[in-house]
Amino acid sequence: MAKSKENKVLSTLWSAGCGSHGGCGCEIYVQDGKVARVEGDKNHPFNQGRLCAKGLAISQYMYHPDRVLYPLKRTGERGEGKWQRITWDEAYDTIEKRLKDIRAKHGAESVIFCQGTGRDIGGPITFLMYAYGSPNWVQVGLAGHACYTPRLGAMFATQGHYSVLDASQMLEKRYDSPEWTPPKYIIIWAQNPAAGCHDGFFGHWIIDCMKRGSKLITIDPRSTWFSTRSEVHLQNRPGTDGAIALGMLNVIINEGIYDKVFVEKWCYGFDELKERVQEYTPEKVEEISWVPKELLIKAARLFAKNKPSAIQWGEPVDAMPAGSVVAQAINHLWAITGNIDNPGGNVIARNSHGVTTYPFSSAELTKLYGADLVKKLNEKRIGANDYPMIKNFRGWVQPDVLIDQLETDKPYPIKGAWIQTSNIIGGQAADPRRHYNAMKKLDFIVCVDLFQNPTSMALADIFLPACTICEKESFRSWWQPLGVSVKAVEGVGEAKSDWEINLDLAKRLATTPIKYNTVRELIDDRLKDGNTNFEKLKAKGCWEYPPEGHNTRPYYRYEKGLLRADGKPGFETPTGKVELYSKKYEEWGLDPLPYYEEPKESSVATPELAKKYPLILTTGRRSPVFFHSEHRMIPWLRELDPFPMCEINDKTAEELGIGNGDWVYIENTHGKIKMKAKVTPTAHPKVVTAPHGWWLPETDGKAPNLFSTWEHNINNLTSMGNQGKSGFGGTDYRSGLCRVFKINGGKE
Amino acid sequence: MPRNGLLIQQDWCTGCHACEVACKQEHNFSGGMVGIKVDEVVSTGPDKVYVDFMPYTTRFCDLCAERTKAGEQPACVKHCQATCITYGTVAELAILMDKQPRSSIFAPK
Repeated sequence: MAKSKENKVLSTLWSAGCGSHGGCGCEIYVQDGKVARVEGDKNHPFNQGRLCAKGLAISQYMYHPDRVLYPLKRTGERGEGKWQRITWDEAYDTIEKRLKDIRAKHGAESVIFCQGTGRDIGGPITFLMYAYGSPNWVQVGLAGHACYTPRLGAMFATQGHYSVLDASQMLEKRYDSPEWTPPKYIIIWAQNPAAGCHDGFFGHWIIDCMKRGSKLITIDPRSTWFSTRSEVHLQNRPGTDGAIALGMLNVIINEGIYDKVFVEKWCYGFDELKERVQEYTPEKVEEISWVPKELLIKAARLFAKNKPSAIQWGEPVDAMPAGSVVAQAINHLWAITGNIDNPGGNVIARNSHGVTTYPFSSAELTKLYGADLVKKLNEKRIGANDYPMIKNFRGWVQPDVLIDQLETDKPYPIKGAWIQTSNIIGGQAADPRRHYNAMKKLDFIVCVDLFQNPTSMALADIFLPACTICEKESFRSWWQPLGVSVKAVEGVGEAKSDWEINLDLAKRLATTPIKYNTVRELIDDRLKDGNTNFEKLKAKGCWEYPPEGHNTRPYYRYEKGLLRADGKPGFETPTGKVELYSKKYEEWGLDPLPYYEEPKESSVATPELAKKYPLILTTGRRSPVFFHSEHRMIPWLRELDPFPMCEINDKTAEELGIGNGDWVYIENTHGKIKMKAKVTPTAHPKVVTAPHGWWLPETDGKAPNLFSTWEHNINNLTSMGNQGKSGFGGTDYRSGLCRVFKINGGKE
Repeated sequence: MPRNGLLIQQDWCTGCHACEVACKQEHNFSGGMVGIKVDEVVSTGPDKVYVDFMPYTTRFCDLCAERTKAGEQPACVKHCQATCITYGTVAELAILMDKQPRSSIFAPK
């Protein structure tokens, strides 16, 4: 290719249409108005020139023949796959009329605004929703809201702010920053960091730390690349992570190897925590979790005695029974060892420069939209009045309450859905059939996406084509740095950016006038908090770190009065300390101290059921080349991970007559789905691990097939209604029961 | 002309497959054609199960001749998320390799 004719555009990746949560700096090479290729930007501190498989495949994604490039309206029945191209004007007119009609008849709250995983979409979707007047921002079907929000809520309650493993990502000089030091030990808790940028954390930063001396402790039912390189591997029974955290707290407290100075000065409720953890002896934890007590003790000692050390945790923590409680207990581990906001510990992570793109807290929602609006909207937000933690932390709907309301119309009916870059049926929803049946009956549904998927095919009345990251302007402030995404080319076909679509419609639907004429005005207004604007950031190479002394820059901010709204030293909690005994949990009617809860279905809780379904099913195994249910149609990526593939232990497989590569059914009380078996000693003999989000875009998209989602989506074996007492966590995504058997001699 | 190659520190390869897609993008390869591949290597020791990954070049690797002529790194080297691939002359790489655990040099051309 004639690269000399290419024009290079620097940008930040953070969107559907590239991949995950990360904020990689990229070089977009443009030739004749088209993106020829995308590479990593060596000068960007986030990824330092590197890029994952998904980022490198953007051009195939953008110019894929199946990408939807024009607004469509449904002409047949839902699911019939009959679509007609329409103009944006017609699409907007229809949406305006239908949504205004619903609001007039049933109230704005009867339209739900549905997003998938959080990339830049949380910004535009809340913007449109509050303009329209609905309080119902939701990740439909995400049982127990089990993706990061439980962990965020636990950290918010315990320490006032969020924290993440410090891999120097808060500093522009990264590993060369003189104030940074690598963690001595990293606990990798229920995650494969190499598979992506989980929760905005570039997974390979762990490898960078390892090269600089960090040692590993891994907590994972599977043997992994990380457990291979770990000093200690706690190979636990899925669902028992809470017991492990409590057991480690027991060891650290009873052996007196916690940070006494930090606990004395900065923690509240230590004595109560000490009393609580007495019941979680290493012996008891071994009985619960399968983890030999010697290994538990060793892990606890290595972590506590080697400061700084840090914890990198994964989504399974959220999905545990009582997910927000498990997260609280793990938070206490880094708290009592003084590993908060210290170099190489769990550094406090705040939105860069105080800029909000995607509201991470109730405070940010209030800042953007005003206390009156947020208070008013809370009155009818689904689940808010059932769960004080849901009500007081962020602005989400509780998804398990939503599905009941969709089915019963109580306390009020849901009539419409705005679904933006979210594949509910083929992706996040537990019990997708139940959601399909409940949502089919809605009066009006809009899907905004880039490709048809099981959800848009099954439900959409209007389909609006969205841009990829290379075709739009956006901005990112998820921890550090503050960044902008630059439009390298015009929208392919007639695609528009999510921000543009939502601003256009907000102008039509808002009850009070929208003050922005253009998306650029909106972005610049939000960037004002950082004393900058889009053009300034673009001229700097698309990113900037906050200045020295800024409250979004580390370290030891609790000593300097940089965390609390009142400017006093300490943490932004009722007591000003890290609350080992949580005043907020207490206020919300929850146990202020952490405890262990057994999965609802397990060999312990339901031994009879476990006889019929003797294996533990843990879902959501990540692929490094896909992001959730995205990317299955991208040839460069699909070649690398062509089949839905579950992992089963070699000896277990032999007993079941299953060979490597055989097609199998995974079955439980909810039904059965098909996957190929990867027979491997890396799997625990009693655990089957399955990837999520599988559908086959190459098969018939029309109902009932819906791209084979009923055949291959593992979530068909999961259920709603198991939420924890806080409303967060308590799902069977990670700890269900199943049996596995070969199909037709192993052939499909 | 000295012979060039890639030093691969396979102990660090995490199996993320970025090198493979970087290669496909650079050469616009399709249909499974690729200049570098990564395989999972699982081995069972007396104490535990080990998971490693092994990147290796194929006959389609041209060491990104066009890029290296322009002074850039090969696409796989630049994008490797674990930064475990080094480009250079075989002689230079052999010196580097002397100090590396579990590593290989590939001289595909």
